[in-house]
Amino acid sequence: MKHSDSRRNFMATTAQSVGLTALGGMLWSGYTDSVKASPLVLRPPGAIQEADFLTACIKCGLCAEACQNRDTNIDKETGEAREGTLKMAKGGDSLLIGTPYFVPTEVPCYMCEDIPCVPVCPSGALDMKTLLNEKKELDINKSTMGLAVVHKESCIAFWGIQCDACYRACPLLDVAITLEYQKNDRTGKHAFLLPVVQDTACTGCGLCEQACVTEKPAIFVLPNNIAKGKAGNHYVKGWDSKDQERVQSAKGLETTTELSKKDPNDYLNMEVDY
Amino acid sequence: MKNIKYLLLRRATQIGILFLYFAANAYGWNILSGTFGTSFLFETIPLADPYTTIQVLATGFILGTDVLIGALIITFFYFVVGGRAFCSWVCPINMVTDLANWIRRKLNLDREEVNYRFLKRRARYWIMILGIMVSAFIGVAAFEVLSPITIMQRGIIFGFGMGGAVVLAIFLFDLFGVKNGWCGHLCPLGAAYSIIGTKSLIRVKHNHENCTNCMDCKIICPENQVLPMINKESISVTNGECTNCGRCVDVCNDDALEFSIRSFIKK
Repeated sequence: MKHSDSRRNFMATTAQSVGLTALGGMLWSGYTDSVKASPLVLRPPGAIQEADFLTACIKCGLCAEACQNRDTNIDKETGEAREGTLKMAKGGDSLLIGTPYFVPTEVPCYMCEDIPCVPVCPSGALDMKTLLNEKKELDINKSTMGLAVVHKESCIAFWGIQCDACYRACPLLDVAITLEYQKNDRTGKHAFLLPVVQDTACTGCGLCEQACVTEKPAIFVLPNNIAKGKAGNHYVKGWDSKDQERVQSAKGLETTTELSKKDPNDYLNMEVDY
Repeated sequence: MKNIKYLLLRRATQIGILFLYFAANAYGWNILSGTFGTSFLFETIPLADPYTTIQVLATGFILGTDVLIGALIITFFYFVVGGRAFCSWVCPINMVTDLANWIRRKLNLDREEVNYRFLKRRARYWIMILGIMVSAFIGVAAFEVLSPITIMQRGIIFGFGMGGAVVLAIFLFDLFGVKNGWCGHLCPLGAAYSIIGTKSLIRVKHNHENCTNCMDCKIICPENQVLPMINKESISVTNGECTNCGRCVDVCNDDALEFSIRSFIKK
């Protein structure tokens, strides 16, 4: 009797432990999975792919401290340190807590030449290798934090009003944002000076977004994976010899489609049920 | 007056360390920068939290060598000074839970009839293992998304936001819920440091000859399962769950408890 009691107890406590562990594991996994789903966020320069970044970032804050305390962050008028670009996500920010990010309308990335935020990263979440130029020097212009996108309908330059605030604010002047001249047919005697973002040059620093004069910026930075489309591998530019190389080894695949033996009258002018 | 030597020393250490972290961001000091996840001492010596490091490694990400070396340094350091010395001498949450404990004693909430005992102290080891498993499964260091320790530390350095609610929750849980609920039952970081500290050299030693069996030490101790030898044997504390906080040494009026180097030679 006693023996079977202890066995029953053992089985009950085992079931309880396993059950509670499974419950805790599921709740914890669900919570962790939901807090990492925050695609609309701009990361520091050199950040690896967002999914890997969330894994790699050890939430030490060394990048944000380096950004805050960089030499160039002293206000020339007051002589005091300004608020840094990089912030650490807090509870309530709807981001993975403790990860660094920035909001261009508050403080954009000023593209420091020495990039103080990246070499301090101990974990590998910010990868210095992605920011090296041909001479193996750190080059902030190599960074791909995001891509600026113009909303034509709210951009007053597209209305015909002369504004080149974003074009002037861009640290890669006339490279990352260029001006496209067009005739203004409405007046017949004026020109449009339209800002066009160049995908390959734009770093996503957000200086344009901060400079934009409209009430809510008509030019804004989005993370690359949100802002960019993808044509897919099966589209090849036949006029581009470099792109042609992709299909050089491709073997021709001949397909034949049998001609339909049906008479056109069998399927044309057919009644279709909608 | 009560002896509070170790209590004051601990508070000074905790606040001092937190201030150095705060000053690294606020004033650009380079003594101790970063957070517990990874820090640098004088910009050169890396320090990293071993449990955080294991969680990130469990996701399959190959961490930078600075973090790995830092985790080894911290592991070795606490292996010597007592694993959970981190808990009572460094961790900012310790101040929150100690305050809750102090109020509990003042309000007499430790009485048997209002003391909930639905948690077991070994729950923390399960949570520790679960944290590593969830990290591997979801691909994000799982404890770091809700750790009140680093939330409070980052709060002090960078601003709290809504993170203060987590700290308040821990306070309320320890005050009105389970006695020593967070630090003594749930915290997986404390569990990891308990394991690191199982063979630590610096430990409280009991002197059975002087003991008058007043039990003050057992009342004040946040992990009093580590004190089974009181008024029985003259040996050191051997349980890794001891936080080396020294409160028992402080409250003992009979010189029956003192820090010493643990002897591994059996007599």
